[in-house]
Amino acid sequence: MGRTDRPENAAPPEIFYNEEEARKYTENSRMVNIQTQLTERALELLALPDDGEPKLLLDLGCGSGLSGETLTDRGHIWMGLDISPAMLEVASDREVEGDLCLHDLGHGLPIRPGSIDGAISISAVQWLCNADTSANEPRRRLRRFFESLYACLSKGARAVLQVYPANTDQAAMMTNAAMRAGFSGGLVVDFPHSTRAKKYFLVLMVGGTAALPQAKGLDGGEPDEEGQQEVYVGHRKTKRRKGGHGDKASQRDWIVRKKQQQRTRGYTSVKPDSKYTGRKRKDRF
Amino acid sequence: MRLLCHNMLQCHIKGVVNGYPLKIEAEKVETRETDYEPDFLRHIFPRIQWDALREAAAAMGVDDLPESVSEEMLEDESFLKQFHHALLEVHLEQGALVCPETGRKFVVSDGIPNLLLREDEC
Ligand SMILES: C[S@@+](CC[C@H](N)C(=O)[O-])C[C@H]1O[C@@H](n2cnc3c(N)ncnc32)[C@H](O)[C@@H]1O
Repeated sequence: MGRTDRPENAAPPEIFYNEEEARKYTENSRMVNIQTQLTERALELLALPDDGEPKLLLDLGCGSGLSGETLTDRGHIWMGLDISPAMLEVASDREVEGDLCLHDLGHGLPIRPGSIDGAISISAVQWLCNADTSANEPRRRLRRFFESLYACLSKGARAVLQVYPANTDQAAMMTNAAMRAGFSGGLVVDFPHSTRAKKYFLVLMVGGTAALPQAKGLDGGEPDEEGQQEVYVGHRKTKRRKGGHGDKASQRDWIVRKKQQQRTRGYTSVKPDSKYTGRKRKDRF
Repeated sequence: MRLLCHNMLQCHIKGVVNGYPLKIEAEKVETRETDYEPDFLRHIFPRIQWDALREAAAAMGVDDLPESVSEEMLEDESFLKQFHHALLEVHLEQGALVCPETGRKFVVSDGIPNLLLREDEC
């Protein structure tokens, strides 16, 4: 399980994810790819009803919005919570579609009961296992987090949390805290025999008796690099394909033009053009 | 922060019972056009606390939302457009969210509410 150079051991998250780290993280295309693929797998495990409707989702530990953008690409509406002001600032500069909140997951979610269709979290929740200061008692923080998560999900909804546990104790600590809060479900471990591709997903369900989804790569295989099946809802897919603003330069031009159009139409708040404007947000396979 | 987000937020300070809705103090409000998704609006409507949305919208300078609403109105395009605009196009950029029970202020800056608690609040 353990990477020896775990960022979780370096400093508390709001310190570790400083401006420098936030920028590096978001500009690294390898990182973007990994986070996108993890989010796509989390969405698959989230198993939202296949009714073509956009859903309201939470992205817990949303960071600079890499995971959230995959939700947007699939047509969903999301709210993102994160403890790092620097990560959120990058998210906001990149004009992600989700609503952003500065928040510590260990304080419990500030969301009213039964209001959310599903939650994902990509590479964040293991941070709650850290005891950075004596006040940050991990068990208490995990309990508050899972109880409030359970409460804010609507009936039949799921939460899928991709985590990097430091060891088996941490994996058990997170899973147990979730079960004690009332969730059913458990840990799905993809590619358990591969050091490189092994990934942990805590799949949590509110009510219902659905079986835990099947992990990938149980036969000792490695992930295939081909794209998974992608599901889009709302108008997103058709819209993205229309308009012939295919290559990078012309796409930026198109966005800058569209923003200018909005400014002249009197929209007061079109974001200023920046180096992020029209930047490629994710790799398509 | 859009009013959809506001409608779902509640104060999470330990021991607070009536932490909803957070009162909006608006200093700077922005309007940004976004995709109109009637399917999403119909889906989310039953979960919206209408009075909270209406009051929040008024605090943000949008005061054309009807006082009472019903499922039937979701067939009415002009209502859906109003609902869409208030819920998803009006952003609180600067200001504060105030807990109705404790009066605790959560500052909103550059569109991001600061919902971090002090140790004695959690
Ligand atoms: C590896 S990044 C992943 C960000 C994003 N989910 C993505 O896929 O790109 C982990 C994020 O978790 C956030 N985080 C860590 N501990 C947190 C906490 N207690 N509350 C909220 N966010 C936290 C960090 O600030 C960081 O942005």
